[in-house]
Amino acid sequence: MTEASLKDGAVEDVAVAIVGGGPAGLAAATRLAEQGIRDLVLLEREEEAGGIPRHCGHYPFGLREMQRLLRGPDYARRLAARARAAGVDIRTRTSVVRLGPGPHPTLDLTTPEGATRLRAERVLLATGVRETSRAARLIGGGRMRGVVSTGALQSMIYLKGLVPFRRPVVLGTELVSFSSLMTCRHAGARPVAMVEPGTRITARSFARALPALMGIPVHLETTVEAIHGTDRVEGVTLAGPDGARREIDCDGVIVSGAFTPEASLARLGGFAIDAGGGGPVIDQYGRMSDPAYYAAGNLLRPVETAGWSWREGLTVADALAADLRGGPPPPPTIRLSVTGDALRFVTPSRLSLDGPAPAFDAVQLRAARAARGLLTARAGSRILWTGRLDTLPERRILAPIAPLLAAGPGAEITFALEEGRETS
Amino acid sequence: MIERDRPPQAPVDIAVIGAGVVGCAVARRFTLDGARVCVLEKAVDILDGASKGNSGILHTGFDAPVGSLEQRCIADGYAEYMEIRDRLGLPLLETGALVVAWTEAEEARLPALLDQARANGVADARLLDKAAIKAREPHLADGARAAILVPREYVIDPWAAPTAYMMQALTNGAHLMRGAGVTAGAFDGDLWRIETDAGPVLARAVINCAGLFGDRIDAMLLGDSHFTIRPRKGQFVVFDKAATALVSGIVLPTPSATTKGVVVCRTAYGNVLVGPTAEEQESRTDAATDRETLRMLIDKAATIVPALADQPVTAAYAGLRPASEEKDYRVRVEADRRYITLGGIRSTGLSAALGLARHAADLHATFAASTVPLSEPHWPRAPRLAEHAPRDWAEADNGGILCHCELVTRREVAAALTGPLAARGLGGLKRRTRVTMGRCQGFYCSAALADVTAGRLDPPMALPDRADD
Ligand SMILES: Cc1cc2nc3c(=O)[nH]c(=O)nc-3n(C[C@H](O)[C@H](O)[C@H](O)COP(=O)(O)OP(=O)(O)OC[C@H]3O[C@@H](n4cnc5c(N)ncnc54)[C@H](O)[C@@H]3O)c2cc1C
Ligand SMILES: Cc1cc2nc3c(=O)[nH]c(=O)nc-3n(C[C@H](O)[C@H](O)[C@H](O)COP(=O)(O)OP(=O)(O)OC[C@H]3O[C@@H](n4cnc5c(N)ncnc54)[C@H](O)[C@@H]3O)c2cc1C
Repeated sequence: MTEASLKDGAVEDVAVAIVGGGPAGLAAATRLAEQGIRDLVLLEREEEAGGIPRHCGHYPFGLREMQRLLRGPDYARRLAARARAAGVDIRTRTSVVRLGPGPHPTLDLTTPEGATRLRAERVLLATGVRETSRAARLIGGGRMRGVVSTGALQSMIYLKGLVPFRRPVVLGTELVSFSSLMTCRHAGARPVAMVEPGTRITARSFARALPALMGIPVHLETTVEAIHGTDRVEGVTLAGPDGARREIDCDGVIVSGAFTPEASLARLGGFAIDAGGGGPVIDQYGRMSDPAYYAAGNLLRPVETAGWSWREGLTVADALAADLRGGPPPPPTIRLSVTGDALRFVTPSRLSLDGPAPAFDAVQLRAARAARGLLTARAGSRILWTGRLDTLPERRILAPIAPLLAAGPGAEITFALEEGRETS
Repeated sequence: MIERDRPPQAPVDIAVIGAGVVGCAVARRFTLDGARVCVLEKAVDILDGASKGNSGILHTGFDAPVGSLEQRCIADGYAEYMEIRDRLGLPLLETGALVVAWTEAEEARLPALLDQARANGVADARLLDKAAIKAREPHLADGARAAILVPREYVIDPWAAPTAYMMQALTNGAHLMRGAGVTAGAFDGDLWRIETDAGPVLARAVINCAGLFGDRIDAMLLGDSHFTIRPRKGQFVVFDKAATALVSGIVLPTPSATTKGVVVCRTAYGNVLVGPTAEEQESRTDAATDRETLRMLIDKAATIVPALADQPVTAAYAGLRPASEEKDYRVRVEADRRYITLGGIRSTGLSAALGLARHAADLHATFAASTVPLSEPHWPRAPRLAEHAPRDWAEADNGGILCHCELVTRREVAAALTGPLAARGLGGLKRRTRVTMGRCQGFYCSAALADVTAGRLDPPMALPDRADD
């Protein structure tokens, strides 16, 4: 694109625009470029592509993608380098601010040079997840310095060498909460407590040893009621299992985990959003409610690993490429949903019949709490699939798509967890 | 360490105590009228008291007590805002407001409210039937029985407006001292000597605009106070920007004798808010939110606009109203001691500030010689924060985006950190740029922001020592 065309307000035309240069976006861009789709741009708002791993200064990244054990930043750099080597036009410092409707969507962008526009045949959204803010969790108290998410903490420490506090309380026990302990340790900060509203530590076992090793007490069935301090955090009020309140001295709070898809562009664009997971509604091709749009990676749901997101980038890219070459798959006719308070969401939540090879051969679900029992997929009274489940909120749950297709066009498939039941 | 400005060398005509929206408007008025003005503000930044958290509504005063000083100041303030807003670059979201009756009893009160609006000069207020309500607010809950439409109740930018007033005062010669809490003062029959944390200031007259501490300042400087501040907290929940598809304007409940009630409305920054509560409390500084109340507000919002229940929450905040024992403003004039109090500016100060400033100038003229108004004052432009108007990110050489959710550019942040009104706290920087106010609340931009603000903000975003790697 020339300078002149920008000033004229001309719209640049491309075949594919990928929004977001994390593992999913980079994988998709590399795959499309390797398949000969040259007319492709990857739009990334940060200074560098790479996404969240850029500020995860710990292992293990890269096993699935490169069969190597890497720290996040090295992994991010390698993924970006691969994409560039494949010929991908990566445009950093380019924010997408609005998504127009299909069939030939126009995207509004902003760069340091000002506003521009881009028109694409297909758009792939890969904008990832973030942690839910303190405000969205309705944690009360004043508005003082020293309350940060793990993501903000990692970026401060690993990207800028800045430390916001010395003695924080960590809210949450997801994997990312334990990474925040590592991040603190790297910067010489000493967390004073971990607080978990649930009855069990959410993360898998290997991380669980960390607090004990670091001498950090873990308070289960406890919430942060309020954060105190005038200008800076001075303490928190915890509400324990019996409702008893107590105060802890600290100089910061890490509000960790409780991931939520960064789906604001899709939401503002008026695309269908899954109320349970918070990501865009997609079918098994990764196609959104507007068929000019695809989505991949952690934008789809909270939350998966980098490797998983990367692989979704590949498979959705394949589906998108097939669409460009051979026309779109048939529109989805089957709808999926979850019922009961044990399940949070299912994605994809639309299925189309008689199409080409899909990007996903299984749907993903998540539990809202610790739960065990028999997971069943029904269309009306017809049982399509069952599986045993013993899970915690953050854990991946998969159910194969093939048996669900038997429900036929127009079906409404519901996933339910029959707690306590072990067999069908 | 708190940064303190130096006192002016020579005595000034007017010392304004407090840089809330009222103090900012008063400083502007007297400066434009040709007086030498010094503003004394306790906090590191302006707008740190009641003025930091309000609903952002430019009221017509339709429901103010007929014949009250409040009503007059709102009407005058409204008129002047409309007159100057283009030149200062201040936004106006021409929403109109619906005062909705949800019950039979409320419906029965509407005619009296309409009469009150007309008596207050708001002649275009009118009754709407159910169909007309639905046409204006299609997402409103069923069950609205009737409503009064107040077409000229608008949404404005609650921070850009007072910031622009203060900027105009400063660019026309006023002196601002931040970090200058007033601690004592005496009048020697000719001059006031005001002691502050940043040194003494000599002034021919004093205007007390200390908001939540107005009564204390009177007691300190005059020896007594005619009123007592009874802080009244108002909590808010802010929904993310997609919620603006659900709310087109301002939705008010039918007011009762005691409260204006909870409003659902758009904000200048492109969000939808619900609030405020009205909670009496002792503390004049503690604007804490609490979970139960925030939940209650979300539930309340969903009873008014059901689809709001599914909208993500962007932020929560609270403001403290400088209420007193009485509803009306508490204005006091001590002509002999050349002293004016603009106190108890409870819940309409954003709208009334420019009118109050004129009122203060009129009162001052009763005991002081008049000055010559500036013939060609400067008109600085306010920071362009409104979502519906063009913003910096659309322009060339903006430096790139720093805060992604609110699309704040590096150039905007740099500008807010320089000049006579440079932000000195993260709160001040937010109020001048919108940084970290969005849905991620600093997840994406805290590191970049901590980096560019290093050494500039009190308290700093990061500790002075760096990570040991
Ligand atoms: C704090 C945190 C810690 C994590 N730690 C780990 C870990 O240790 N191991 C692990 O496996 N996973 C971790 N994850 C999960 C992480 O989401 C995945 O590792 C992976 O980054 C997902 O890849 P993605 O491409 O879907 O999204 P992301 O990596 O989030 O990439 C999204 C990209 O989109 C860009 N973008 C967003 N909006 C726009 C826009 N409007 N315009 C232009 N660009 C845009 C972003 O700048 C970003 O670069 C963590 C997540 C978080 C939030
Ligand atoms: C919840 C809520 C919602 C509202 N909604 C609206 C609305 O929609 N529309 C509207 O028009 N109005 C609204 N208001 C009202 C409006 O915000 C107030 O009327 C206004 O902010 C009062 O401003 P002020 O300048 O009098 O006080 P303040 O903003 O409190 O300013 C006083 C200043 O004096 C300083 N100070 C105090 N003590 C000293 C000292 N010793 N020395 C030096 N400085 C000192 C303080 O630091 C402060 O900066 C609302 C208010 C609240 C709380």
